[in-house]
Amino acid sequence: MPAAHTMELVCPAGSLPALKSAVDNGADCVYLGFRDETNARNFNGLNFDDAAMKEGIRYAHERKKKVLLALNTYPQSENWQRWTKAVDRAADYGVDAIILADPGLMAYARDTHPDLRLHLSVQGSATNYEAINFYVEHFGIQRAVLPRVLSLAQVEQVIANTRAEIEVFGFGGLCVMVEGRCSLSAYATGTSPNCDGACSPAKSVRWEQTAQGMETRLNGILIDRFGDDERTGYPTLCKGRFDVEGETYYAIEEPTSLNTLDMLPQLMAMGVAAIKIEGRQRSPAYVTQVTKVWRAAMDAARREGEKFAPRAAWMSELNKVSEGQSHTLGAYYRPWK
Amino acid sequence: MRLALGPLLYYWPRQMTMDFYAAMALAPVDVVYLGETVCSRRHEMRLSDWFEAAENLLSAGKEVVLSSQALLESESDLKTLRRLVETGKEGRVGVEANDMGAVRLLEAAGVPFVAGPTLNIFNGHTLKLLAGMGATRWVMAPEMSREQLASILAEMPEGMETEIFAYGRLPLAWSARCFTARHFNLQKDACEFRCLAYPDGLALSTREGEPFLTLNGIQTQSSKVYNLLPELPGMAKMGVALARLSPQSEHMSEAIALFRDFLDGKLQPEAAWESLGAVQLAAPCNGFWYGKPGLDLVENLAKGE
Repeated sequence: MPAAHTMELVCPAGSLPALKSAVDNGADCVYLGFRDETNARNFNGLNFDDAAMKEGIRYAHERKKKVLLALNTYPQSENWQRWTKAVDRAADYGVDAIILADPGLMAYARDTHPDLRLHLSVQGSATNYEAINFYVEHFGIQRAVLPRVLSLAQVEQVIANTRAEIEVFGFGGLCVMVEGRCSLSAYATGTSPNCDGACSPAKSVRWEQTAQGMETRLNGILIDRFGDDERTGYPTLCKGRFDVEGETYYAIEEPTSLNTLDMLPQLMAMGVAAIKIEGRQRSPAYVTQVTKVWRAAMDAARREGEKFAPRAAWMSELNKVSEGQSHTLGAYYRPWK
Repeated sequence: MRLALGPLLYYWPRQMTMDFYAAMALAPVDVVYLGETVCSRRHEMRLSDWFEAAENLLSAGKEVVLSSQALLESESDLKTLRRLVETGKEGRVGVEANDMGAVRLLEAAGVPFVAGPTLNIFNGHTLKLLAGMGATRWVMAPEMSREQLASILAEMPEGMETEIFAYGRLPLAWSARCFTARHFNLQKDACEFRCLAYPDGLALSTREGEPFLTLNGIQTQSSKVYNLLPELPGMAKMGVALARLSPQSEHMSEAIALFRDFLDGKLQPEAAWESLGAVQLAAPCNGFWYGKPGLDLVENLAKGE
């Protein structure tokens, strides 16, 4: 089990400037993706072409930081080779690990590049140790990223029963659904997070000022309506206001970010191997801000142990870049469920 | 083509559930999936009740499959799963794996299994791996299209059966959070079992009154009813062995009979479609099958091959 002093900070890089921001501000690892549907942040203007990928890997490796490549969508039979070629390119470029969700692709990676380190993506929906051990035994995955559904005690239970390293989400946008098991976007817009690598895509979004206020729609479906005094938000499907039995409210989840800074000492003590920061779609400024705070917090938690308490300044820095300017402990805190 | 009754996704009182399956024993359905797949807090039916329902269905000549829970979080969830696998060892009933944790245990026990719709089988390579682990049937993820299915079928391992979700509200998402409890400002751990009051789920509409989704505890479903009835003959030609119909609280026997009569050539597609319209829970959709947003209804093809 990895000791507290080895816990890694894994930061998002949607572009080369974001990668440099992460590396310069204290990330131990950055994670990124190619510029296509082989990764779960397949957005316009985001991600890495070959030249940027090579430069990013060089930049990180020179500074003794690791690069993890997300190939975490599900290849289909008709486009299978796009994913296997992406695995080959990743191996050629010398990334430190690839993050996968599809068992077929894991088998390909294991057989074709036996030395390449494999991580199980959050998109693999492995919420229990039996599932994680399935991937360990069949494909030799060395780390699993947990979906954002488990309580702290449940995370501990997983760690106690697997030899895979466990990575958990520490901060950023909050998927309230089990990753890999959500077809809401596919249902409403035809764009599937599992296969297309995007949720509630910009191309399906319409903003419209009406007499009742600013309306946001996804493929014509009204996701929310904002009064003049309200801050408008992007119409992510599960974070809209809907009507249930005559009551209008955030029926699924508020626009809020996950922030587990409060729990850092517990996460360290139970042997969590890495903390993941969400947000490859966010700006280099976001990456700088969040990486800086988390680096400082992890260093402090390591020094202070049980006495650690998050500084007010860190929390306010993080709230500034949070969705809805608020945060939650999510499922780690049981009553949230 | 055979008809399968999918697992009951809602939470009904015990007697209502037992009565439902007593009726299903008489319905023209070939395979019945049993068990709680959504929420571990639902205990109206004890495991022994499910076994009793299974015995009745077996006596009626049905193939019975016990479905495992899709979202496994706690040690007690895993304990239930292990009991399911033990039952599968006896060979009288099958087991549907809805999580890779279930696949691991079934493979280790040498029990053949159905690879359920939440396993995310999107390509032939993954399907072959599962076949090697003991899967003898797979249920396609509902979000997949006819084209995606065709390319998998071209690489299909020998002896593997294909089942397609063909009727019912679409199970779209699972969460740690219970949205039914949330509606009542209750915590999941003290939910007062509010799901019992919604035998077909709790309706969610947009702010302009358009029905959109259905809240079913930790599961989110479509409001519309996925209905692939007119596509079944084409599916059968592609090599699909089973169509899955998802339980609803009323008129389920009628819905099953309409599918059966249509497949047996006793009903024209237009007539079957229209009669289904009178018993289904909401407006129909079929978009996923055509590679479109799931809630779309492709009209020109919806009423005939």
